[in-house]
Amino acid sequence: MADLYRENILDHYRNPRNYGTIENADISYEDSNPLCGDRVRIDMRIEDGKIAEIKFTGRGCAISQASASMLTEMVEGADLDEIRELSAQDILDELGVPISPARVKCALLGLKVLKSAAYGITDWPEH
Amino acid sequence: MSTHTTTPPGTFDARQVKQDFPILQQTVHGKPLTYLDSAASSQKPLVVIEALDAYYRASNANIHRGVYWLSEHATALYDEAREKVARFINAPDPRSCVFVRNATEALNLVAYSWGRANLEPGDTVVLTLLEHHSNIVPWQIVTAERGATIRYVDIDHDGRLRLDQLDHYLRTERVKLVGVTHVANALGTINPVAEIAARAHAAGALVLVDGAQSVPHMPVDVQALDVDFLAFSGHKMLGPMGIGVLWGRREILEAMPPFLGGGDMIREVTTCGSTWADLPAKFEAGTPSVGDAVGLGAAIDYLTALGMDAVRAHEREIVAYALERLAQVPGVTLYGPTGEDRAGVVSFTLDDIHPHDIASILDSEGVAIRAGHHCAQPLMDRLGVVATARASFYVYNSEEDVDRLADALQTVRRIFGPGA
Ligand SMILES: Cc1ncc(COP(=O)(O)O)c(C=O)c1O
Repeated sequence: MADLYRENILDHYRNPRNYGTIENADISYEDSNPLCGDRVRIDMRIEDGKIAEIKFTGRGCAISQASASMLTEMVEGADLDEIRELSAQDILDELGVPISPARVKCALLGLKVLKSAAYGITDWPEH
Repeated sequence: MSTHTTTPPGTFDARQVKQDFPILQQTVHGKPLTYLDSAASSQKPLVVIEALDAYYRASNANIHRGVYWLSEHATALYDEAREKVARFINAPDPRSCVFVRNATEALNLVAYSWGRANLEPGDTVVLTLLEHHSNIVPWQIVTAERGATIRYVDIDHDGRLRLDQLDHYLRTERVKLVGVTHVANALGTINPVAEIAARAHAAGALVLVDGAQSVPHMPVDVQALDVDFLAFSGHKMLGPMGIGVLWGRREILEAMPPFLGGGDMIREVTTCGSTWADLPAKFEAGTPSVGDAVGLGAAIDYLTALGMDAVRAHEREIVAYALERLAQVPGVTLYGPTGEDRAGVVSFTLDDIHPHDIASILDSEGVAIRAGHHCAQPLMDRLGVVATARASFYVYNSEEDVDRLADALQTVRRIFGPGA
């Protein structure tokens, strides 16, 4: 196969980028996919209305963890509006492989966590 | 249907049986379909598909209501299907076999009808950690409503029930009902239901058996087991989706209030109230799935022709082969007992690769397995895993399918790399 498990996805799975937690993060959010138990937590530090630092931890299938890893690279330095505008398709494009309907939830878990975190606050914290 | 002239009496050739299943003749992703998810739902032999077709071509009408020929004909077919079900599980009286949609509905029927009428504050319902959610959630709802308590019998290291805990609850609490799955869908454990029933009855408790994974795969005799309720689904035993059965001891069913109200389940309706029809109509409100019942009857005929002893023997062989083959795949962890009390289900993990990744890669090899918590989250918690991969076998699976599974698992390891 396996179209789904291209080298870049396996690479992000084996060597996740921005993996870990941030002490005193400005925003932390965690969610899971109850059906398969995939779990992703995202911590962010905000400076001047932009994501100065983002880290994630999680466990689950390769698709959920690789897409969360890719996502943290995509949004580093982004501001709130840019996160709001991120679409599911952006993530699927970044993954670059066909995702079957059964696996879409895995692929989008990171985005769901990020959006929940971003929508949960209306203003970035002041520093 | 296959005749089995080249195989010894009491056995069948699974590769020949497979020829009876049109769906299994196809390829997926360019590979022959290897269907290893019969515990979720079985495939249907041509005779069942044809029975459904024939019913809708020649026999369909609403039952019990018409005085015309077609309605009487459909009614007779429906009754005949019920008689086949009764013979299949050795029920003394077909009227005690209630048609429902599936095992879930049958279990809910017992919880809502019997549970609401009989559970009192301080009573206990004993379940087990091997239950499917469908034999847990209805009891959680009804016991909460009635102020009763649920206790769960734990498992030992091999995935067998700890009957000492059952004894403890039976001795120390007011246990009104013991609900137990005959075969655990996530581990394949065959539970000693007759033994459990004897102990429960000695303590004055009723016994509800979830037969969703046993009735399709082995001889099940409600009189020999001496249980009080048996629930199962047609779609897991070569029959259509949309039809299932609740068998209950006649005097218990007769004393129970209806579950759903409506047409067909009444004797008389006035504006002041209603009186109930006799069994089984009391529990079959509304237009039933007659065609699906007829299809289930055809599935029972097919299984009976194979012989349920032969079905069990076949699965015993194939699961033994699968356990042996999978144990040879480096990184595989197998769950569940390895003795005679193991049905045709193999739950496993592979290194720390998530079961969904395993299942996706197997799918690309044409191998269909289940990955997840198998609607048994309390059991997964107990095993300390989020999910497992599960292969399950039926009459149409042969050693060839096990070989394809084992080979495809090597592909998974290749993709994820050693020690992934
Ligand atoms: C042990 C067990 N009980 C109950 C069920 C529920 O069956 P259904 O979904 O057909 O109601 C299943 C199906 O997975 C099962 O394996």
